[in-house]
Amino acid sequence: MAGNNDNGAKDKGGPILLLLLVPLLVLWVPLYNTVEPTLFGFPFFYWFQLAWIFVSMIITAAVYYGTEPRAER
Amino acid sequence: MPLNVTALTVFVLFFALVTFVGFAAANWKRGDLDQLHEWGLAGGKFGTLITWFLLGGDLYTAYTFIAVPALAFGAGALAFFAVPYTIVVYPFVFVVFPRLWSVARTRGYITAADFVRGRYGDRWLALAVALTGILATLPYIALQLIGLEVVIAAMGVQLAGALVYLPLIISFAILAAFDYFSGLRAPAAIAIIKDIMIYITVFAAVFIIPFEVGGWDKVFAAVPPQKLLLAYNLGAYTGYATLFLGSAMALFLYPHSVTGVLSSSSRHVIRRNAALLPAYSFLLGLIALLGFMALAVGVDKMPAYANAFKQFGANFAVPALFLQVFPSWFVGFAFAAIGIGALVPAAIMSIAAANLFSRNIYREFINPNCDGMQESRMAKTMSLVAKVGALMFIIFLPHEYAIQMQLLGGIWIIHTFPAVIFGLYTRWLNSKALLIGWGAGMICGTWLAAANAFRPIYSLEMFGTTVPAYIAIYSVILNFAVSVVLTLVFNAIARSAKDETVPSDYYALEGIGGGGH
Repeated sequence: MAGNNDNGAKDKGGPILLLLLVPLLVLWVPLYNTVEPTLFGFPFFYWFQLAWIFVSMIITAAVYYGTEPRAER
Repeated sequence: MPLNVTALTVFVLFFALVTFVGFAAANWKRGDLDQLHEWGLAGGKFGTLITWFLLGGDLYTAYTFIAVPALAFGAGALAFFAVPYTIVVYPFVFVVFPRLWSVARTRGYITAADFVRGRYGDRWLALAVALTGILATLPYIALQLIGLEVVIAAMGVQLAGALVYLPLIISFAILAAFDYFSGLRAPAAIAIIKDIMIYITVFAAVFIIPFEVGGWDKVFAAVPPQKLLLAYNLGAYTGYATLFLGSAMALFLYPHSVTGVLSSSSRHVIRRNAALLPAYSFLLGLIALLGFMALAVGVDKMPAYANAFKQFGANFAVPALFLQVFPSWFVGFAFAAIGIGALVPAAIMSIAAANLFSRNIYREFINPNCDGMQESRMAKTMSLVAKVGALMFIIFLPHEYAIQMQLLGGIWIIHTFPAVIFGLYTRWLNSKALLIGWGAGMICGTWLAAANAFRPIYSLEMFGTTVPAYIAIYSVILNFAVSVVLTLVFNAIARSAKDETVPSDYYALEGIGGGGH
């Protein structure tokens, strides 16, 4: 990466970027506005949203590895 | 409340430590601090880990640690909007902000207003973006002081008369001094200490407290049943969803976020952080649950805290919880984490506001021929002015005003979205149209908020039904509609100014170095 002045390069992207829409599922509030099923005493409303943080981290990481060529990392 | 000597001693020791680190930071990744991009962006040398700590310390503030659980304590499920808020923001940051980093690095921009100036060739639109940023940031700095004030009071520090604000003034004087000397390097170094302390505090709380009250189900059982979930109706869903969506759209337009993004050493750092920063979101979700733990422990019903609850309201829930369940030395540690958690964002926010003033108002309109040293000296002075202003705000005005102003700040900053975010992709929008759209959105948002008694969710009557939604969303839709319609008109009658950026700027991996335009 050092000294690379390749300003003409395009953003690497493509269909894999669509995966980033998955985290937006949280916008559909009725999906998780329930108590059951509970997990370790957490109502679904709470553990679903906390779990979704990890889902979105994994997806973002996957997109990162899918779009950044190895040499640039 | 009696003076808690042990807690206060630990608190003061940690403050002394970060003061030392703040001054020492001037020599870290050494640069010429008489240049604005060195003082105000730390030369753009921060790698993945430091950027993670810096943005984490910057976005998740002391006020967040006090106010989010306070909201959970009082309003229940609604407070959890802080979690999906940060879920939707990072994929957005991943896609959009590397473009801002690249164009800023290629062209030497240090603020969002700089970018708007170069992209649209319109100093007035850039001024609007700069003023909105400054206006939205100042009450945010003031709010950090509320977090600090609550924990100082919780340690039983009670001074009479004119001395009542002395601890706040001392804390801010320390902050102002290391900011002035070290610039952005100081809060970045301190953020590392502060974030580790916050993680320790919160994990201690979520392991110890549910165990003491008899399990997580007992914690959730303490929440009044009608507040455990959102109401089962469309209005509650649109209110919740627009609140976190609007907050997410606004978050990275704040000057302190832009400063954090632009201080990173490459666009890869930003992408990696979009995947790593949600760790703080998880922490924030746990912090929200501290409000429920306070209900479960029943701190609001204990006579020892009655006076403090009368003075600070639900904001006292977390300090009371810590006092009740932790040993004194750990209370001091936890309160120091919150107190230092006030200094870090306050420092970055005042640096970011100062960068805007110095670059986009002073250099653009007052002294166009200033050299780099004059520009950075002006920024250092303005960072002091911002802090003194925030202090005055808290000392002389009711806290309610700061909270309302911060709510307005979120509604205001979103109006830079069309110019900045759409601008990263297209030059089609006309700068005068964007300026008028910005004005329409600002007026509409402010008016709706005032008419709504400064509550964020406004119920709009549409087609015979009421649709509650976050005011920022309603007003930014108006902003965007005005911008598009007027662009069609203006582009038909006149050619717009020159765009100094070229498409490849938005992908550049390396810049041509910081500095001026």
